[in-house]
Amino acid sequence: MKQAPFEASHAAEWEAFEKFLDKPQQAPFDPAEMPTRFRRLCQSLALAAERHYSADLVDRLNRLALRGHHALYANRRRESQQILDFMIAGFPRLVRDEWRLVLAATLLFFGPVLAMIVVLQAYPDFVHYLLEPRQISSFHEMYDPANRRVGMREADTNMMMFGFYIWNNVRIGFQTFAGGLLAGVGSAWFLASNGVIIGAVAGYLTQAGYSETFWSFVAGHSSLELLAIVLSGAAGFKLGMAVIAPGNRSRKAALMAAARPAVRIMYGAAIMFFAAAFVEAFWSPMTEAPFNIKIGVGVAGWVLLLAYFLFAGRARATR
Amino acid sequence: MLDTTRRVATPEGIELTLRLAGPVPRALAWSVDFLLRAALVLVVSMIASRFGRAGMGVVLIAAFFVEWLLPAWFEAMWGGQTPGKRLFHLAVLNDDGTPVRWPGALTRNLLRAADFLPFLYGVGLITMLMNRDFKRLGDLAAGTVVVYQAEKVAAARAIPQAPPQPPPLSLSPEEQRAVLDLAERSATFTRERFEELAEIPTPLVGRAVRDAAATRMLGIANYLAGK
Repeated sequence: MKQAPFEASHAAEWEAFEKFLDKPQQAPFDPAEMPTRFRRLCQSLALAAERHYSADLVDRLNRLALRGHHALYANRRRESQQILDFMIAGFPRLVRDEWRLVLAATLLFFGPVLAMIVVLQAYPDFVHYLLEPRQISSFHEMYDPANRRVGMREADTNMMMFGFYIWNNVRIGFQTFAGGLLAGVGSAWFLASNGVIIGAVAGYLTQAGYSETFWSFVAGHSSLELLAIVLSGAAGFKLGMAVIAPGNRSRKAALMAAARPAVRIMYGAAIMFFAAAFVEAFWSPMTEAPFNIKIGVGVAGWVLLLAYFLFAGRARATR
Repeated sequence: MLDTTRRVATPEGIELTLRLAGPVPRALAWSVDFLLRAALVLVVSMIASRFGRAGMGVVLIAAFFVEWLLPAWFEAMWGGQTPGKRLFHLAVLNDDGTPVRWPGALTRNLLRAADFLPFLYGVGLITMLMNRDFKRLGDLAAGTVVVYQAEKVAAARAIPQAPPQPPPLSLSPEEQRAVLDLAERSATFTRERFEELAEIPTPLVGRAVRDAAATRMLGIANYLAGK
């Protein structure tokens, strides 16, 4: 069959299909016929290409088929509306599945934190290699028990800090994650450098005799925030491992396979960052609560969170 | 045909052709989106500035969502398009040609942080130039491609009328297609240019020149199209 008779015999059908795509409600045919009509259109496209009809005709049919393809396959929704299930079971299970990466990230982050705390007890002056004088003096001002500025904050300051913590901390988490694409180097760097800075601040202020104000401030949100950073790094390593050691797939395929669980870990980490920001903005600065209670809440947070990651979702682990 | 396309096999057993978008239109779309995002944060901060420090907090939260989640939200909910992409007729699709949804949109938008390094999407640009599909790192991980939107189908281009005549020698399918394409495109350039082009394939038009060559070429095209 030559092109002109072919076009003439199918034109009405193509036009009807396009009308359907433009306005599905006012379609010239029953929407239930759409898949059948789409398959006929696909056959026309295949014939037109096979018979070397003109580029214009093939192009037109291709565009029409592409729009039909979108319309037909757009609604495969299954991943949504499972947020609760994810938080109760899926997230801790995912973290346990990747325990090696989580362990590596933990060592890379908490190693420098602890090392800095220990080193600064013995050599307080070492802090000048890590923090600028301006930062040190601002920490002095913030945590000096004589000032008691922490906790005298008013509600609107809390709101401002809430915004700042979300904007800043979640960004650090996302950067730590995305840095994993560079063969894991970016994640490792963000983990270790944040570990060094956090450890330096904690070690320096403890040594300077501000331990009560400092630890009572950070205790409450420490578990959520520090573990969220570690998990961001672990998710980054998941991507990095796919680049370094893709196994018996191509790097591209390995990366795509790794990205799904990695991004799911980041959903959880982002929620943890939000919770941490909330605690840090509204609970941590409260000085009305005594030191023991604040430390107790902090410890309880660590115990609960670790128990969550170790045990939650095990009952349904048999998939 | 020489073009930056990607062929996608569908369950119907055919191949669809996606037209991939390169770095330049994507950079332009990004610039538009960036300006829109900046404007949005500016508007929020103008309103929030009346509320002092609490307002400042709201601005920072808004900045976070606008920067990280708004593009993903647009891509997931608006047929793979952000406003900038819509302006330049681009869209994000999954590798299999289906519209992108939340998981893919979030993945590619979170990983923008890696593509942005060391500055202004340096890594992203190099990655795009190193693979066939112009994918940046986020696209590779999410399994997405950025394509020119399948616009509404343009009206058919008619082949100008001429008395059909068979070609003097048998033409291969590719050659037939070239003749048909030339005839369909003839309306897009001047008559003189078409005559020049029609004179070139001497096996088809012989020694005919000018109008005779053009008529002859159109006649062959009409014959091949089956008129």
